[in-house]
Amino acid sequence: MDVTDLLQLAIYGVVLGSILTLGAIGVSLLFGILRFSNFAHGDIMTLGAYAAFAVVSILHTPVWLALPVGMIAGALVAVAADQLVYRRLRRTQPVILLISSFGMALIIRSLVQLIWGPQDRSFIKGIDMPMHFGDLMVSPQQLWILGGTIVIVIAVHLFLTRTRMGKAMRAMSDNMDLARVTGIDAEKVIIWTWALGGALAAAAGVFLALDTRLTPMMGWSALLPIFAAAILGGFGKPYGAIVGGMIIGVASEMSTAVLPPAYKPATAFAVMVIMLVVRPNGLLGARR
Amino acid sequence: MSELLLDMQSLIGGYGGNDILKGASLTVAHNEIVVIVGPNGAGKSTLMKSAFGLVKIRQGAVVFQGESITNMRPDLVVRRGMSFVPQEKNVFPSLTVQENLEMGAYLRKDGGAARQMERIFEIFPRLKERRKQAAGSMSGGERQMVAMGRALMLDPKLILLDEPTAGLSPLFIEQTFERIVEINKLGIGVLMVEQNAKQALEIAHRGYVLAMGRNRFEDTGAGLLANREIAEMFLGG
Repeated sequence: MDVTDLLQLAIYGVVLGSILTLGAIGVSLLFGILRFSNFAHGDIMTLGAYAAFAVVSILHTPVWLALPVGMIAGALVAVAADQLVYRRLRRTQPVILLISSFGMALIIRSLVQLIWGPQDRSFIKGIDMPMHFGDLMVSPQQLWILGGTIVIVIAVHLFLTRTRMGKAMRAMSDNMDLARVTGIDAEKVIIWTWALGGALAAAAGVFLALDTRLTPMMGWSALLPIFAAAILGGFGKPYGAIVGGMIIGVASEMSTAVLPPAYKPATAFAVMVIMLVVRPNGLLGARR
Repeated sequence: MSELLLDMQSLIGGYGGNDILKGASLTVAHNEIVVIVGPNGAGKSTLMKSAFGLVKIRQGAVVFQGESITNMRPDLVVRRGMSFVPQEKNVFPSLTVQENLEMGAYLRKDGGAARQMERIFEIFPRLKERRKQAAGSMSGGERQMVAMGRALMLDPKLILLDEPTAGLSPLFIEQTFERIVEINKLGIGVLMVEQNAKQALEIAHRGYVLAMGRNRFEDTGAGLLANREIAEMFLGG
């Protein structure tokens, strides 16, 4: 292990961190507003990736053109899941909502398997040659993932700080009761939050599929590190999710310098637990 | 249109089947400051919140500007020109002062939000200085200004204030009452619940003394202050 190897791992880490960040922003926003951990988030990622894959394989478009289609599909599925199932359970006990989101995860995953089959698929045919920067290697896909994430995160930031709906989302996340007496239409904001969360999850799914491959389980296996990232950043704090995603991503990849790669998810959780002992409300959460 | 801005008659209701209001009544005329005082647990806040659809009313009626709003959803009440400042947690802490005010105008479609914000900055110049600051990082008194400013953004006919001076320093208490008078001079009716009963009654046109969910006394602010029985019972002698 020399410095080059560690730098190389750090690059992989930032790529993984980008994917986790996009997933974690949605999880965090939804939790902030609905106090609800959506365990179907990973499978919305999967569905978004397959929807984009369908566009690429049928219309032979480049992936970046299929990405918006995947994001729209993710948004629609998230809103549909909310309107058909979650909305009706919102006033029941939180555990019922939680378990129903497990059910939703299974439904979406089964749907993906039904349509596209259980076998692995890939956006990229053949071998794509990586680019060399000195001793470091970066694949074109990884650059796309990084660039795409930066563009999307900036867009989300502008949405949250410059638009009426974005500000209303932050207001609802701050104080739901006050938002209601202020006259903010809570149901409408909730629908937009699901749409945004679903679209970001789908983007994360497309990027994950670009970095690795498409499998029906891809989103489900990414779910735990995404939650780790969201919790690490301070649950309900979308900006914390960015920091959390990057830390978990880089830590997971760097850990392979000393540990077998199978321990990557364990590393993510170890990092989360240690950080939470130090900062119980997450990195961007309120200090106690 | 009736003379009264708000007319609440013989209200019975409360939270989850537990009646806190047992026949309380209250009216607010146009451009009036009305204060509700009384011992703890009398149902003061409950009575005020029942005007805003936050309390389940089983019997009785709430009429606002001649229209029944009994048990109407808060966002619909807001549209009709009434706004509410809760006692606690009455700002969006992670939003800036300006964003808090913008949220107050969420329902406003006429493009008058910017003009209204300037008017509010005239009442609370401090908010203009601090417009970019997160509301959560401000002092209690400043947060109360943000909360009142937010509630004024829709240019309401009536503003409900739940203990606006709770937890404030004496200086801020004085200032808050001065601001309330100023707001009232803009032609806005004020209904408030206050622990600082003496100071509140000094600025009030009328006041109600509530006990056990029912009206005990009702008079002008000065009349209640002059009433020895009330002074002994509720105003600390």
